[in-house]
Amino acid sequence: MFVTVLDIVIGGLIMGGIYALIAVGLSLQYGVGRVLNVSHGEFIMIGAFATWSLYTLLGISPLLSLVICGPVLFIIGFLIHRSLFQYLRDKSESIGAFADSSLLASFGLLFIIQNVALLIWKADIRGYSYLNSPVSILGALFAAHRLVALLFAVGISLAFYFFLKHTRLGKAIRAAAEDPTTAQVMGVNIHWVLAICFGLGALMAGFAGPLISMMYEIQPMMGLEYTIIAIIVVVLGGLGSITGSLIGGFILGLIGSIVTYFDPGFSLIAYYIIFILLLLIRPTGIFGK
Amino acid sequence: MISQKPFLLGLLILILILLATIPLYIPPYPVISLTSIIMYIIITVSWTIFSGPTRYISLASAAFFGVGVYTSAILGHILPLPVVILIGGLVSFILALCIGLLTLRLRGMYFIIFTFGISELIRHSLLWWETKIMGTVGRWVVAVDHVVVYYVILVIFILALLTAYLIRRSRFGLAMRSIGEQEEAATHIGINATVVKTTAFAISAFFMGATGAIMATRWTYIDPKIALNPLFSFMPVLMAIFGGTGQLYGPIFGAAVFAYLEEILITKFPYYYMLIFGSILIVVILFLPHGMVGLVQNLRKRGVKRQNANS
Repeated sequence: MFVTVLDIVIGGLIMGGIYALIAVGLSLQYGVGRVLNVSHGEFIMIGAFATWSLYTLLGISPLLSLVICGPVLFIIGFLIHRSLFQYLRDKSESIGAFADSSLLASFGLLFIIQNVALLIWKADIRGYSYLNSPVSILGALFAAHRLVALLFAVGISLAFYFFLKHTRLGKAIRAAAEDPTTAQVMGVNIHWVLAICFGLGALMAGFAGPLISMMYEIQPMMGLEYTIIAIIVVVLGGLGSITGSLIGGFILGLIGSIVTYFDPGFSLIAYYIIFILLLLIRPTGIFGK
Repeated sequence: MISQKPFLLGLLILILILLATIPLYIPPYPVISLTSIIMYIIITVSWTIFSGPTRYISLASAAFFGVGVYTSAILGHILPLPVVILIGGLVSFILALCIGLLTLRLRGMYFIIFTFGISELIRHSLLWWETKIMGTVGRWVVAVDHVVVYYVILVIFILALLTAYLIRRSRFGLAMRSIGEQEEAATHIGINATVVKTTAFAISAFFMGATGAIMATRWTYIDPKIALNPLFSFMPVLMAIFGGTGQLYGPIFGAAVFAYLEEILITKFPYYYMLIFGSILIVVILFLPHGMVGLVQNLRKRGVKRQNANS
């Protein structure tokens, strides 16, 4: 009994850690920048496949790939915002119109990235085995790579939380999330901060991708599912609340783990039911105002 | 505007006659392509019936379409085709009434993600039901001759178009537009926003359901992934905004061009089709002066000005 509970809880924390990472990424892009980036999952997929290629072709450790993928995707995300989304934002008459047109543009990105991935990696399901030896925690057995993934997810989340709370840039980001216009008046270079937020969103995807590829099978169409989970978590935590997304990720991960224990096929349905009930009862999320 | 009317009406009748006689002189394959293009036009036009004037962007089209598809798959073996199509539409109509009543509190982004969530919930529940309870995923549908499918689609198309046109001209359409402009103000001048929104939502769902019911007979095999493909939710939005929702011909034009483009790209460049499609999408958004949405808003403003000038 105790072992089963431990199994569920740690399994939930592992899933939750990944969910928290990808949700914080989306939260930075939507909550601060108003870009509901539906291609978020595609960035995760790119991170996962880059890791797979580096590991199977060159034998580079997935954990090293993680350190490479994150910054590379950060730069790509930053540049995409500086070119595409900033241009759209400047041209839009209202923030609502920008939200609509950026949503459409990110659909365009989704199609393009997915197609490029299909051309490079084909539509096959891929996987590799890394740090596969079982580790026992108080009697419950876990593959070592899952615990490493948990450690990294929690570590990155905590590091990001401190970055947000205690650095100047973090303060600027929080200010921009609260009220972009006032933040600008207070001397925040809003264009830079928004581009950095979008880049950080891609960075989180670049961290999550390699971790996901360590644990699960991957294929080029996997992105949308992660995007949807990220959207659910962001709503759960409250749109615009980055801390809410962090905690929301772990909550959804735990719920997912409990449901999966009873019926593995039902977890996605459970997420949607939670999501819909939440929107009906408390659309501002658990931590929203 | 008024002088254009006989011309436009004549053009419309000419196009309809052309569409009605097409199966007589062209081979089956183009007729089948044309059927799927008209399918996209119907879904887009019916999406616009609700989402155009109210500006509530719905991503539940796949749910309404898919429910129609499934109705047809279940009842197609025992009931005649017209009844099946009617029931397909009605089931979607009722589903939309329920969703409409549930989502009264939600606006903007919340409404968008809620409708998407509902659609995905239905898809995953069906999939779970089939794998877990039924033991088999997917169903066979009674096949119908492609010419019959074409004519049924054409009839649904004409009905949807007529409905959209009549709604636009009615007080009901005006009420929807005022909800889209300022919902609080609309409520204050005595518009029952709940009734108007829910009714319009259900009418638009009816046509999607009916279309799903007839398209199922074209595909012969269906499963939840085919019937409730999220693309059926995204495509009408892209097509309508691409064409512009300010005028009735906007979504028709947008859907026709988009669907035709898709047909060509899939057959000519099967490996690069999404790449080209995505690039076109981004280029269109970037190089129309204010993005596509901005263009639509400009059209709408111009439309309002023109109406003011006429009155």
